[in-house]
Amino acid sequence: MSDSPVDPENVRHVAGLARVNLDDAELEEFTEQFADILAYFEALDDVPEVEATSELVNVMRSDEVHDGLSQQEALRNAPETEDGFFKGPSVS
Amino acid sequence: MSSEHNSFITEASVDGSDDGPLAGKTIAIKDNISTEGVRTTCGSAMLADYVPPYNATVVDRVLAAGARVVGKANMDEFGMGGTTETSAFGVVENPAAPGHVPGGSSGGSAAAVAAGEADLALGTDTGGSVRNPAAFCGVVGIKPTYGLVSRYGIVAYANSLEQVGPLANSVEEAALLLDVVAGSDPHDATTNDGGDDSNYADAADGNVEGLTIGVITDLLEGADEEVVDAFQCSLDDLEAQGAELTEVSLDSLEHAVQAYYVIAMSEASSNLARFDGVRYGPDVESDGNWNDSFAAVREEGFGPEVKRRILLGTYALSAGYHDKYYKKAQNARAWVKQDFDEAFESVDVLASPTMPVTPPVLGESLDDPLQLYLMDANTVPVNLANLPAISVPAGDVDGLPVGLQLIGPKFGEETIIRAASAAEQ
Repeated sequence: MSDSPVDPENVRHVAGLARVNLDDAELEEFTEQFADILAYFEALDDVPEVEATSELVNVMRSDEVHDGLSQQEALRNAPETEDGFFKGPSVS
Repeated sequence: MSSEHNSFITEASVDGSDDGPLAGKTIAIKDNISTEGVRTTCGSAMLADYVPPYNATVVDRVLAAGARVVGKANMDEFGMGGTTETSAFGVVENPAAPGHVPGGSSGGSAAAVAAGEADLALGTDTGGSVRNPAAFCGVVGIKPTYGLVSRYGIVAYANSLEQVGPLANSVEEAALLLDVVAGSDPHDATTNDGGDDSNYADAADGNVEGLTIGVITDLLEGADEEVVDAFQCSLDDLEAQGAELTEVSLDSLEHAVQAYYVIAMSEASSNLARFDGVRYGPDVESDGNWNDSFAAVREEGFGPEVKRRILLGTYALSAGYHDKYYKKAQNARAWVKQDFDEAFESVDVLASPTMPVTPPVLGESLDDPLQLYLMDANTVPVNLANLPAISVPAGDVDGLPVGLQLIGPKFGEETIIRAASAAEQ
């Protein structure tokens, strides 16, 4: 689509926001598919504003201590741990 | 691969208690439902080695009811797909239609039941993921009213839409499994008491005398002619048993698929942010900083459909597009809900074919994601409106199964179970 708002730079930008690296083939494929899918979503413009009565209520619980996972259980699936902590990449 | 149809990602044998309503029954658990000590992959390379330290509430409940867990069922990656072909653990063959997909995303659950590898199965239904494979594999599947069943221990895809649902070979067995898993749970604040002390199994009595069924004409327009013929046959059968048929049209449904995908993708982009390779996930070497490392793990761990949905969801929520996509989709959702509420003022249940098509041939669907999304036209409105629905076999087209979908009002599980039990062939 020639007037498509989607170009490879947009897709790369969104992939950056979502923290997902894409290779060139994926970038090309997604650019084409996103144009189709977003064009299809355009039809939402015809939806009228609807007064929705919310059925939602707050659900509260008392502030009491319960058993949770042990430190060992919580760390069990981590690729890397150190001294009982998760080990992540450097921040800067 | 383990089973003949690749229904299971992991085979297991976890015994339940000695007695209970499910004693002696075997059950398959979809692999996005946490099982303590048994790996739970969500069909993704991201969680290929993930072993949950606790059971989902629904798993505790089926074990306490006496069922034996025989395996973790294959599925579309994180529930994102309608054919089970996006699984990182290989495709599942439809036992009822060899060479065809089993549907999805709970394709392994439906296939395990259809092939007799398990008596019962649990799946999850975010936009049709229990009803779609039930229809394609010729078994029964129920999507409960939102909040009827606990989601504690389910790996989240789109929280506001998804529910755990039962699959079985008969309406009564599916209803019995729903009795076991339904009911409020202090661990999930979105549960309600609508399913406490339920007795859905007893509602499968086949009595539809005087029941009013509204046929949703909007959902016949895009369906294959042969599918509509099979659907019509099962309606005629219900009419012969004393049900009353009428036609219903819901204008909002034209926008349901768009609204569903915008909302589901937006929620997915937020939910799947947790997969950063620190607490779980593959150990990927990266020299860069925090952000570079995350992006590298996520490139490796996620398959194409999951990336597609995360990116589109991120886009729909990003500055400048939120009002255009997300807010409009929420309006459409409220509209759909309103349309259903109005329809239920004059009918007891609504009916449509579960799927507008018969199961596609394996390997033919993934090239065009938009076409796959359109296949969900008949199932997603139910999730948007938080309603219960059941898919029950309604014959076949040249050997390919067709499903009849019956939709009820909020907490109308008994009514749809009763109607489905009459439609059972």
